Amino acid sequence: MHNFVYERANSADNAMDLGHRDGAAILAGGTELLNWMRIGIESPDLLVDIRDLGHLDRIEEIEGGLRIGALCRLNDVACHPAIKRDFPVLSSAILQSASAQLRNLATIGGNPLQRVRCPYFREETVNACNKRHAGSGCAAYEGHNERMAIFGWTPECVAVQPSDPAVAFAALDAVVIVQSTDGTRRIPMREFHVLPDEDPSAHSVLGRGELITGIEISTPAPHSAYLKVRERQSYEYALVSAAVTLDLDGETIRNARIALGSVAMRPWRLLATEDLLVGKRLGSKDIAEAVDAGFAEARALSGNAYKITLARNAALRAIELASEN
Amino acid sequence: MSHQESSVISEKVTRVDGPSKVRGEARYAGDQKVDGQMHAVPVLATIPAGELESIDAKQALALADGIVVLTARDMPRLHPDLDNITVPPLATRHIPMQDNLILYEGQVVALVLAPSLALATEAAKLVKPIYRTHSYINPEHQVPQSADPARGNYSGSGPLDWTKGTPDAAYASAPHKVKSIYTQPSRHANAMEPSAIVAHWHDGQLTVWDSMQHISSVQITLAAVFGLSIEDVRVIAPHTGGGFGVKAFVWPHEILAAMASKVCGKAVKFVLTRQHMYNMVGYQPQMTQHMALACDEKGQLAAIRQDVENVTSLTDDYVEFGSAAARSFYACDNISISQRVKRGNINLPTFMRAPWDGPGSWALGSALDELAHEAGIDPLDMRIRNHADTEPQTGEPWSSKMLLECYEEGARRFGWRTRPEGGTRDGYWLRGFGMADCSQGQARFQSSAGLTLTAEGTAHVASSFCDMGTGPATIFRQVAAEALGLPLSAVTSDHGQTGLPAAGPTYGQSTTISTGNAVLMAAREIKAKLAAHLQWPVAETVMEDGCIRRNNERLSIKDAMKLMGMQEIASESTFALPGGAYVDMGAPGRPARSFGALFVEVLVDPDLGLVRLRRATGVYSAGRILNPLTARSQITGGIIWGWGMATMEGSHLDPERGRWISRDLAGVPIPVNADIPADLDISFVEEFDHEAGPLGARGIGELAATGVAAAVGNAIFDATGARLHDLPITPDKILGALRLV
Ligand SMILES: Cc1cc2nc3c(=O)[nH]c(=O)nc-3n(C[C@H](O)[C@H](O)[C@H](O)COP(=O)(O)OP(=O)(O)OC[C@H]3O[C@@H](n4cnc5c(N)ncnc54)[C@H](O)[C@@H]3O)c2cc1C
Repeated sequence: MHNFVYERANSADNAMDLGHRDGAAILAGGTELLNWMRIGIESPDLLVDIRDLGHLDRIEEIEGGLRIGALCRLNDVACHPAIKRDFPVLSSAILQSASAQLRNLATIGGNPLQRVRCPYFREETVNACNKRHAGSGCAAYEGHNERMAIFGWTPECVAVQPSDPAVAFAALDAVVIVQSTDGTRRIPMREFHVLPDEDPSAHSVLGRGELITGIEISTPAPHSAYLKVRERQSYEYALVSAAVTLDLDGETIRNARIALGSVAMRPWRLLATEDLLVGKRLGSKDIAEAVDAGFAEARALSGNAYKITLARNAALRAIELASEN
Repeated sequence: MSHQESSVISEKVTRVDGPSKVRGEARYAGDQKVDGQMHAVPVLATIPAGELESIDAKQALALADGIVVLTARDMPRLHPDLDNITVPPLATRHIPMQDNLILYEGQVVALVLAPSLALATEAAKLVKPIYRTHSYINPEHQVPQSADPARGNYSGSGPLDWTKGTPDAAYASAPHKVKSIYTQPSRHANAMEPSAIVAHWHDGQLTVWDSMQHISSVQITLAAVFGLSIEDVRVIAPHTGGGFGVKAFVWPHEILAAMASKVCGKAVKFVLTRQHMYNMVGYQPQMTQHMALACDEKGQLAAIRQDVENVTSLTDDYVEFGSAAARSFYACDNISISQRVKRGNINLPTFMRAPWDGPGSWALGSALDELAHEAGIDPLDMRIRNHADTEPQTGEPWSSKMLLECYEEGARRFGWRTRPEGGTRDGYWLRGFGMADCSQGQARFQSSAGLTLTAEGTAHVASSFCDMGTGPATIFRQVAAEALGLPLSAVTSDHGQTGLPAAGPTYGQSTTISTGNAVLMAAREIKAKLAAHLQWPVAETVMEDGCIRRNNERLSIKDAMKLMGMQEIASESTFALPGGAYVDMGAPGRPARSFGALFVEVLVDPDLGLVRLRRATGVYSAGRILNPLTARSQITGGIIWGWGMATMEGSHLDPERGRWISRDLAGVPIPVNADIPADLDISFVEEFDHEAGPLGARGIGELAATGVAAAVGNAIFDATGARLHDLPITPDKILGALRLV
């Protein structure tokens, strides 16, 4: 196998330094990175293990919200009392991710950096995948695309970003805190992933040597819910998912935020729907109309028209579930 | 021995192999280490059709010392003896690396050997084959053809066309009828342990540690490949980590590993990866089943037609006899079946749990439900009305069949007669209730077992059977212990290697009854020998509690043996089949089959297309149950297997590249614990099948996986009014059937 050097960073600066070198890769929980190395998606020369950056594995209260350190394990985030109480959408999204064992190892900072689950991308010998070899095309576009995108795809890439937590974060208007030798960037989760019309070979906006230090969430969202639709009840990626947060005045929606998962290369906010929902009564016909408006831009591939219906119904259901929370 | 007196048999004995597996001590084929062994990693064709023009191995060889790259030129040619081995047990006549032709994606074009797996893996990536491509034939798009007997013996194991009565006329004139097409995708077994072999040539002899389901098949086939005498091939398989059929026959990797060892003069270890398991061994083929059923006003079947098609490779005609269902399940005067194949550039399918009746019961069990609804008859009454009292094909009496008792007991336990109306709401869910027949033909294989009783009052079973984790090593000790009147702890056993009395294979739910009967016969022979020495009539002799007894005369085994001046008594018995057959489907004139009835309640979310299993009741007629614990495990495993078939599993070919997509368990859904209710309700009717063999048992391993998909589909129909004809029944299809898409 491809030989590599393993180093343990002893500070954030050290990690950024090492991470900036050619062929370096940050190693957090390793649940994704090791798979990539096995399949041949990545073959780094240097692994920079950041497990010793102790200050990154806490959840801290900040002005009007929480900062979740990048090295927090998924299960620790999901079970944190303040997150369970104030951000049920996030807790639930995490608990429906992967398996209990993986959640004990996987970090919240590594999670949005997971790559697409497109079977053509994950093949050992790749024929056509722009995310594996830029310019090679997209076998999924005309191949088996039942689980692929309904928003924002191009014939150059039809894959979906599979993270569950990222969808909840997008609905919470979370901000990813990124550090590099150039300083600190604050990137809204909604803009963290790159759509194929911008670059079909890209996954996220994170640059070389940049370190995610944490993710910030602000306004508590007690009326929130995450719905994950999948054939089997556990340990499977979503066919579609929906994260909803509601600000309610009795039965009336003051404000709503809806993000859909596994429908696009990034968590997909239904902004048109959100606008229309303001002032609408729960349980009224207006809700479905508002949700339909958010699907005006949805486009099916040859094999996934059902996902439009499914995602629409999931959004409606998640609104109901959020209002009951 | 009377079954009423059962002691050790019928006890819930845990598996003897359990502790060693839990502790990680059990050594599988791939765990074997031979000094100086080389690791093999294959280079696989990345095109589905074409020719190999050349192979550039320079970079691979330059990677490190000690790397060997074998191509077709380096491999020994197959010995003509192999022509005498039928297909099966040779899985396929097409052995890669004998010429340059590429017939399917994933075909082995070169084999890289290195002293470490890491090195071999890395080197294999550097081998550069150059191809000339031919046009790809997608089997799923081909016109169905008649199977050709020259392309292997698979097609000879059942009728390809068969008609009884006048089904077309009966169909035309019947008042109620349905015609529909049932389809299912190819499915791979995904056994926990991938196939693996360590092959070692030494002094002109071959030893293999192999993951398999039948020792003798591997022995005779490998001997033939090299023109060796059978004694020169030693085969060892102490544990097989699941097989589900794909380890039943001898696949090319086993032959290639043995050839590689011969060429390089060292032991060669070849452990398939999960990805290799998609191309290098078989799978259940994609199938289309055309069904036409008709009945009279009372629900009596007037006609059954089952026309079945399955995909196969270009090299061998594997026929998946789904039409066994139409020939065996229901009483009907007019039945017609056909079997066709669709050939293309893919690797060869094979028997997979549950072959024939698994797919067949899906199509027939669903179509019968359609007909019951069409005729306005309860699906259970429909089945009772059409109960086959005798075997429908021949009219012969069954070896034993207690299906009517299964129906009654199952309906009672499940509450079938008082079930709520289908479509009743429970929150977001619609409740649906369905049932179907479970049924699987019973194979019996000639099998031998040796048994030794010692003066210490211990006994030892010896037979070459494979234990795939299903429990034979446990059950055969139970059989011997009971027959010899010993505690279970006094019985040990040896299995899984050549040199032991030859057992039949571990497939076709045949192991327990075939080898089990041989063990029982060997025990009876020992008892007869003892009785003869003591000059007691055998009929009056009882072995119990470590003693041998006749009326009030009682001797411990120890004393009896001392009296006779013997250290041990050995016997070897063969469960021989009538007419010297190697395999049959029950004694002549008494066809054997296992039966059952499965009732399920499912929940369907009509907005999200989700389906969940709420509860299941299965009651089975499978002869005498030897160990309720391992029997229950087989049944729960079968139901879970069937749930996967019904709701999530499928292997798909990329339409242009002829390549299986998603070849790892992260991308292939199979059921998990969360999908299965904890309290599956499973029971067996009391039965002793005298005709199937002296043990009174029949098989259960395949049985449990039949009927599940039909019961689930029928329950989904009950919940939603939508009939799904295409497996697996996933959210896209449910939404589509409800006309939401
Ligand atoms: C079988 C399986 C099933 C799964 N199912 C789900 C699921 O249902 N839902 C879901 O959401 N996820 C799922 N996952 C994905 C899992 O949640 C991610 O693998 C995990 O969150 C990644 O975190 P990690 O710490 O292990 O990342 P690593 O594997 O260590 O790293 C992943 C990537 O992120 C980079 N990285 C990690 N941390 C940082 C940092 N602080 N700064 C900069 N770069 C960093 C690494 O360099 C690498 O590129 C599944 C994974 C597996 C293997």
